[in-house]
Amino acid sequence: MIPAAFEYVRPDSVEEAVSALRQAGEDAKVIGGGQSLVPMLRLRLALPTTLVDLGRIEELRGVRDDGDAIVIGAMTTHHDVLGDALVQRYAPLVAQATETVGDRQVRNLGTFGGSLAHADPAGDLPAVAVALDAQMVVAGSSGRRTVPAADFFVDYLTTVLEPDELLAEVRVPKLDGWGVHYEKFHQTAQAWAIVGVAAAVRRSNGSIAEARVGLTNVASVPVRGRAVEAALAGGEASAGAIASAAEQAGEGTSPSTDLTGSAEYRQHLSRVLTRRAVSAAAGL
Amino acid sequence: MSVVEEHRPEVGNARLRKEDAHLVTGQTNWTDNITPPGTLHIAILRSPMAHARITDIDLGPARDRPGVVAVFSGRDVADEQGTLPCAWPVTEDMVHPDHPALAVDEVRFAGEAVAVVVARDTASAVDALEAIEVDYDPLPVVLDMEAAVADGSPLVHADKGTNSSFTWVFDSAEAGTGGSVDEALGDAEVTVSRRFLQQRLIPSFMEPRSVVVDPTGGQFTMWSATQIPHILRLMLALTTNTPEHKLRVVAPDVGGGFGGKLQVTPEEVITLVAAKRLHKPVKYTETRSDSLLTAHHGRDQIQQLDLAARRDGTITGLKVRLLANMGAYLGLVTPGVPLLGAFMFNAIYKMPAYRFECTGVFTNTAWTDAYRGAGRPEATFAIERMMDELAAELGMDPMEVRRRNWIAHEEFPFTTVAGLTYDSGNYEAATDKAMELFGYDALRREQAERRERGDPVQLGLGISTYTEMCGLAPSRVLGSLSYGAGGWETASLHMLPSGKVEVVTGSSAHGQGHETAWSQIVADQLGVPFEDVEVLHGDTRVSAKGMDTYGSRSLTVGGTAVIAACGKVIDKARKVAAHMLECAEDDLEFADGSFRVKGSPGSEKSIQEIALATFAAHDLPDGVEASLDSDATFDPENFSFPHGTHLCATEVDTETGMVKIRSYVSVDDVGHVVNPLIVDGQVHGGLAQGIGQALFENAVYDSDGNLLTGTFVDYTVPSPADLPAFTTARTETPATTNPLGVKGVGEAGTIASTPAVVNAVVDALRPMGVNDVPMPCSPHRVWQAIQDANGGASS
Amino acid sequence: MTNISVTVDGVRYDDDVEPRTLLVQYLRERLGKVGTVVGCDTSNCGACTVLLDGRGVKSCSLLAAQSDGHVVTTVEGLVPTGEDGALHPVQRAFHEQHALQCGFCTPGMMMAACDLLADNPDPSDEEIREGLEGNLCRCTGYQNIVRAVSAAAAELRSARGAAPSTPEGVASA
Repeated sequence: MIPAAFEYVRPDSVEEAVSALRQAGEDAKVIGGGQSLVPMLRLRLALPTTLVDLGRIEELRGVRDDGDAIVIGAMTTHHDVLGDALVQRYAPLVAQATETVGDRQVRNLGTFGGSLAHADPAGDLPAVAVALDAQMVVAGSSGRRTVPAADFFVDYLTTVLEPDELLAEVRVPKLDGWGVHYEKFHQTAQAWAIVGVAAAVRRSNGSIAEARVGLTNVASVPVRGRAVEAALAGGEASAGAIASAAEQAGEGTSPSTDLTGSAEYRQHLSRVLTRRAVSAAAGL
Repeated sequence: MSVVEEHRPEVGNARLRKEDAHLVTGQTNWTDNITPPGTLHIAILRSPMAHARITDIDLGPARDRPGVVAVFSGRDVADEQGTLPCAWPVTEDMVHPDHPALAVDEVRFAGEAVAVVVARDTASAVDALEAIEVDYDPLPVVLDMEAAVADGSPLVHADKGTNSSFTWVFDSAEAGTGGSVDEALGDAEVTVSRRFLQQRLIPSFMEPRSVVVDPTGGQFTMWSATQIPHILRLMLALTTNTPEHKLRVVAPDVGGGFGGKLQVTPEEVITLVAAKRLHKPVKYTETRSDSLLTAHHGRDQIQQLDLAARRDGTITGLKVRLLANMGAYLGLVTPGVPLLGAFMFNAIYKMPAYRFECTGVFTNTAWTDAYRGAGRPEATFAIERMMDELAAELGMDPMEVRRRNWIAHEEFPFTTVAGLTYDSGNYEAATDKAMELFGYDALRREQAERRERGDPVQLGLGISTYTEMCGLAPSRVLGSLSYGAGGWETASLHMLPSGKVEVVTGSSAHGQGHETAWSQIVADQLGVPFEDVEVLHGDTRVSAKGMDTYGSRSLTVGGTAVIAACGKVIDKARKVAAHMLECAEDDLEFADGSFRVKGSPGSEKSIQEIALATFAAHDLPDGVEASLDSDATFDPENFSFPHGTHLCATEVDTETGMVKIRSYVSVDDVGHVVNPLIVDGQVHGGLAQGIGQALFENAVYDSDGNLLTGTFVDYTVPSPADLPAFTTARTETPATTNPLGVKGVGEAGTIASTPAVVNAVVDALRPMGVNDVPMPCSPHRVWQAIQDANGGASS
Repeated sequence: MTNISVTVDGVRYDDDVEPRTLLVQYLRERLGKVGTVVGCDTSNCGACTVLLDGRGVKSCSLLAAQSDGHVVTTVEGLVPTGEDGALHPVQRAFHEQHALQCGFCTPGMMMAACDLLADNPDPSDEEIREGLEGNLCRCTGYQNIVRAVSAAAAELRSARGAAPSTPEGVASA
């Protein structure tokens, strides 16, 4: 199938991109790698008047060290995220989840920022961004602003980005000495997560000092598992304690029912997969 | 390397395929690659409603769009398009509604073609669809088969007064092949009753359908991604009033079919009509979304089975009642598909009484038709599930129950309660081999251990001891089942002057490897090099007659025709050789490609020399024409009956419902094997599709009749990461009904594997009180089955 | 219209394209590279896979405009032109292991295999299956595809020991 016609702009800088977005108005769309957008264009589910292609903007690519955080450029491909030493060292949860995104071809073109800005609650990276308290750096006509991941996702396929804004980069706080695990549950390799759970755990002696939990596809936005985190913090790093804490995983979720599962099933999976993800992150 | 005089047998060799060279280099000839100069492109507007009256269509604005050459609706072409054919009126009073290519006044399923734009390029055509205005007056939608046959149901075809197309019955008491099932059930020590749902599947060939019609030069040439160029030509000639001899149909490279391209499609008719109207080449290539929505679907039956048995496991009767979803219309062989299963529910088992009753039901859905196995996978699934349920009921090992009922190898040929005569088989040998490869006893021990320790991941073992009827088909049998044509196949052979050989076959391959296999057969028959044989097919100008490829028929029927054609050439060559060698024909023996005078070493003529001499025609015996060609047709006297034993071990995560296939063993008996490489490949692919039905695939409509699984995102065809490695092996019990002793292999894997997998899933969960999981056994369904059995205790 | 300059199978093309033109349409309809095919509209089937600067991408999910300035390799460019009858090790392995039946998914499957092998020259069977998760085949059940990729990997490894360098975008022939 063939997309409907649109204007196409390929700026060389963030400023040019923002300016192009401002000029194009409400129905413009940013294209990163296009791995979610192009299929939507082909099915004519997205009908932008103008596409602003960020592919030429070098400053949006790559990962850099910025003190207590690493900063991942929005146009860094999943492939490059996976191969990045800083990501592997300081944000292995990002790497684990990125490895489950799409397939090799999709990861070769698809971008870190594109996956987040697309804001599909079934996507793997939003839950990770929320779990890790990532900071989303947004560029717009009035300059840059930083939005916590928890506030970035507004609804299904909807973020706080204004029509003249784009996601420029993401600050991911370094986690040193944490155990991490992303548990993606899907029946077929190509399928979106029915439910996914991102977990990071800092152990101290025999107990869990801190935990972070994010859930994929259990609401219209990624969900932070605060109740589970609270139940885990300071508790024993044991199978029993984790299982008990994971019982809280349904809190704050409002899953939908679709072809792959009912809301009830998703809540059940949230508990089972949270137990598994936290256990793996805790090295159990 | 020196020339080897003796011809080494080709049949049985794992020859690498001749077909591959152009396919691996991208030098391909898919229909969508073909664009004659001046080609116009079609886009089709499809109904968003499952059932509605078309009150108005405004095509005007679309005509004004850039690049648009023509726009038309069903009303515009009502007289030209005819009605799409159904070649299998299974009963005399079958309800058989008109089936327009383009809807005229009413749409009856979502996706039905409503209007057509022809433009200079595809993008312009698609863009112009948005300018067509259609007013629909919604009509009540009926989707559920049981609701459709209930009194007072809304009707798919109001003028027919019913949603029931036909009811077809086979009863062994009436047929004289057995006793009364109702008596057997009344007298039974044990009865097992189950209702199974055969979910709707979509064949999902990888190459979307495409059709090009070129009216240049006073005839119509149609290239189409079809399995049936010959049947298509005849049907189009009859339905669109195109003289058959002015219509040439070419199936170039065709990217898979699996029954899904065994059809005369609305798009083929529309494209032909457009080319006739515009006097220009016209092309239509479907998108995957269009394909999933409108290419015919498969399966979709509700099966009610009642099995009577004695406590020792002996089956005493089987009663089968089916509702088979036709969809909104009847396609080429739609009504016949469930009937191909009618003779297979009794499977490999001896039973004294059997009754089969099937009602074909119209609903507001895409029509169904053949999909790999067509009727036989449904039957095999049901009986093999029932054998496991009977074993569970009796507390017996499921293989033991099967052993007690199957036809012993010394009992062949065996006439079944359904009236078929199985010529050969050895179920014991296949089963013994499979059990050994599988390690059945060790897996049973592990299963017991996991059950003992309450492992959240349970192990299940599934069995399928199947047979199938294929090699479609004896023409007289097809006639008795009211099919509109015969089941023969043709072959022609041309010995060229240089000694090379052209074989023209009426089979139409789309991945099966006929060029390779037929070359092997001809090489052996004529004693010529494999490389010297060229196999021609899939073009009605090259092969005027043929019955095409489906029903695992090509080798058993078409391959046998090739042998017959070779025989005729050899007979003629013998006359010429005797003349050249100045001896009597009876004095000649033919071996390794040469005629030799018996007892006279050195006095010989090769078939190549004879070909050249025949061409030169300087000195031919009286009555011999100057060509070394032949035509042959083979009509089989019986079906062939591949069989085998498939064993599957699944690990079922009882917390999430996820099913993982841990091991899969198939031992198939397809008779003699022409090319083991190709046979193994057919089995692998068949297994993947059967496992797809068991675990992954499901075509789902919402309550308004919109297809929810309209892309590969939602219709989940398994990827490499979703399937296990298979262990395949064979036993060889030759068919006795054809000279090659072959049985056919295209459908066996699909027919056998679905019940093996589902039996394994149910077996894993039986201690939890689960005795069925509806297909596909998705994690959610498996989890739900556990919840339902436990009353939700473990949630 | 957008102007693009792209090198496909070793030849540079400068063309004006409509922005909405997909790379696969450009390849098939403008350049006649019909060896690359379209099997779906949601980037699931992978039949359209080509290499972009040496990495596997789905040419149906990429605008032709996005390929501007890049190097594309299709199935038709796996072996340099002029080497008639020569096959790339992946092509040869697909033939020898009977890894194709209808052949429609084959170009994309082979290009995805090249992408995988460039990253992982010695993949396990499981890694091959996961590495090809973005490609669907309806004929083979994948068994012989896995076998072929494994065989090609072995051949490429031994060739790498012997041959000095590989052309960009293509695992060594």
